[in-house]
Amino acid sequence: MTTQSSNTLAVPDSTGSRGTRIIGVLALLSMAALALFGLVLSPPDASQGEVVRILYVHVPSATFAYIGCFLTTFGSAMYLWRRSRWWELVAYASAEIATVFTAIVLVTGMIWGRPTWGVYWVWDARLTSTAMLLLLLLGYLAVRRLPADHEVRTRRAAIVGLLLVPNVMIVRQSVQWWRTLHQKPTLLANGVGAKIEGLMLFSLFIGFIAIGLVFTWLLIHRFRLAWLEDQVDEAGLDVAIAERRAEGAAS
Amino acid sequence: MLHDALLIAGKDLRLELRSRVALNQVLPFALLVLVLFAFALDPDKSALTQATPGLYWIAVLFSALLALQRSFAIEAADGNRDALRLSGLDPAGIFVGKVLAVSVQLIVLEMLLGIGVAVLYTTRIEGWGLLIVTSVIATASIAAAGTLFGVLAAGLRVRETLLPLLLLPVLAPVLIGSTRAFEAALNGSPSEGWPWVGLMSVFALLYIVAGVLGFGPLLEES
Amino acid sequence: MVRLRGAVALLGRFPALAGVDLDVEPRRVVLLRGANGAGKTTLLRTLAGLVAVANGEATVLGVDLVADRKLVRHRVGLLGHATGLYDDLTVGDNVRFWGRAAGAETDDVEHALTRLGLDGRLRSVAVSRLSAGQRRRTSLACLIARRPELWLLDEPHAGLDQDGRDLVDALVREATAAGATVILSSHELDRSLQLADEVITIAGGIVTRDESSGAS
Repeated sequence: MTTQSSNTLAVPDSTGSRGTRIIGVLALLSMAALALFGLVLSPPDASQGEVVRILYVHVPSATFAYIGCFLTTFGSAMYLWRRSRWWELVAYASAEIATVFTAIVLVTGMIWGRPTWGVYWVWDARLTSTAMLLLLLLGYLAVRRLPADHEVRTRRAAIVGLLLVPNVMIVRQSVQWWRTLHQKPTLLANGVGAKIEGLMLFSLFIGFIAIGLVFTWLLIHRFRLAWLEDQVDEAGLDVAIAERRAEGAAS
Repeated sequence: MLHDALLIAGKDLRLELRSRVALNQVLPFALLVLVLFAFALDPDKSALTQATPGLYWIAVLFSALLALQRSFAIEAADGNRDALRLSGLDPAGIFVGKVLAVSVQLIVLEMLLGIGVAVLYTTRIEGWGLLIVTSVIATASIAAAGTLFGVLAAGLRVRETLLPLLLLPVLAPVLIGSTRAFEAALNGSPSEGWPWVGLMSVFALLYIVAGVLGFGPLLEES
Repeated sequence: MVRLRGAVALLGRFPALAGVDLDVEPRRVVLLRGANGAGKTTLLRTLAGLVAVANGEATVLGVDLVADRKLVRHRVGLLGHATGLYDDLTVGDNVRFWGRAAGAETDDVEHALTRLGLDGRLRSVAVSRLSAGQRRRTSLACLIARRPELWLLDEPHAGLDQDGRDLVDALVREATAAGATVILSSHELDRSLQLADEVITIAGGIVTRDESSGAS
């Protein structure tokens, strides 16, 4: 039973550590700074007015949603190539957080769209491909959470995860052509991609830091949780083998 | 690999010839979808004719889902997966063989569905070159992605619900591309259609490579 | 031929084999005995390279199963509970498909069909219309057509009539005469004990008794 006791020693009883507590405090502080700069100190936009403030959350969320997708694909590749369970858990944890961030992007985008375009939803290339991204991520999570053996779930999910970024790229390309071949991308010109400077740029910068810290904090905690779940599964194995052998010896 | 692929494709097609599931069930379903579209969209207004390419490919896509479910249902029964793993067949060959068999069935279905559209929706068919190339590439894309996700969902209790969830978002570019290319061909401006054929070729290539490499690992640990 | 040392095999999280030691010499017939759930089927599937060896050592036909168990698969013939046949294809189509998949020639396929008495009317009957015993015969024909070096038979006598069971025994003797090795599990003890050179008893996923019977 030595392996079992060493397992209990190696496994901590929470997903927090000094590192995550520091990141957590920094995330809270930067969120407060984001609220201050984004809502109070920065001026309204010349063409968009007050609505522009939601972009300080929207744009960084989109960026980190994409980073999450890349981590999922990279982690899946490392799992398939090197059999690295560590990377498999990174892929899983990032996919979950990328899903949350993609949902935030969609919701904030729709809230931003209502006053800007007059409707919650237009078949804009970016909105559409973000919606498709959410569906692709949900597909990955559906496979990863299958009611099946651990090995079956992780291996099949890794194939889906590996194809995630190539899929996103092809979907984006097709959706972009689909919209732009028929109408000019006028909405984009004064939309998310519009030029900003001064205090507004600085607010956006703070937005990146705040959202980035939240992303990192969530990712570390989610990863550690998944790791602990794995350890719990693993710890039972020695006992199961001993019980099975005893059953044989008794007969 | 080619020998194994032809063996598998031959077996799947022979099985279809004997059981006639695609002929007796999938094809009528596809035609039924065409009729349902006419009920949903008033056929006297121009909506139906304008939407014809999209409706055609939606009908193909849904029929393809049924054909793919069938393609893996025949391997799901009674230890076939074990037998395939023990057979010594190259997994890449199994993948290519199943893609071939599904593609052949889909091409036949598309031709009959095309006749159905021409008759029921009085579509005048033009731009044959683009139509044929689009059909071949789109079919290869659907079959390749469908076979990869088909084996991914195979052997699970939730396979019927999982396959559409995984496959349909992934096939969105193929639906957009084949529809636009058909529109371009029917409108007499095929030059607008060829970039879509290019995009779908990239898609088909990606999934054929992924299938050839990934089918082995997916066949294990069922 | 077969050498296992402390082999552990998992079905999900359940250790179906909990450290098996086993040695089988070439051209022997080995009978596996044990209650239901003892691990007989998992042991046969592990030897066929289907189930991963999670711990310990395992070598079959010179192939290290821990390193790459796929390499052994096309050289063994496994007769399991599930038949692995396509219901909508005929008996002849099934045997030809599985035989050719393993690289068999037309002659091997014909020989297998004839040997199992499937060359007549039954040849062109769909498998879905066969009785359980006839399915068993078709599976055996697929196995023979592969010409395996190691036969793994999981209750080969089950579901067969008197003639069929005699035929199984005859096939096993022919196989060892031709140089193959046979490992079988069976609840038909009288019949199997006559056939077997060695009897291995397993329980709780381990070998509890290892003995030779008759001439060894």
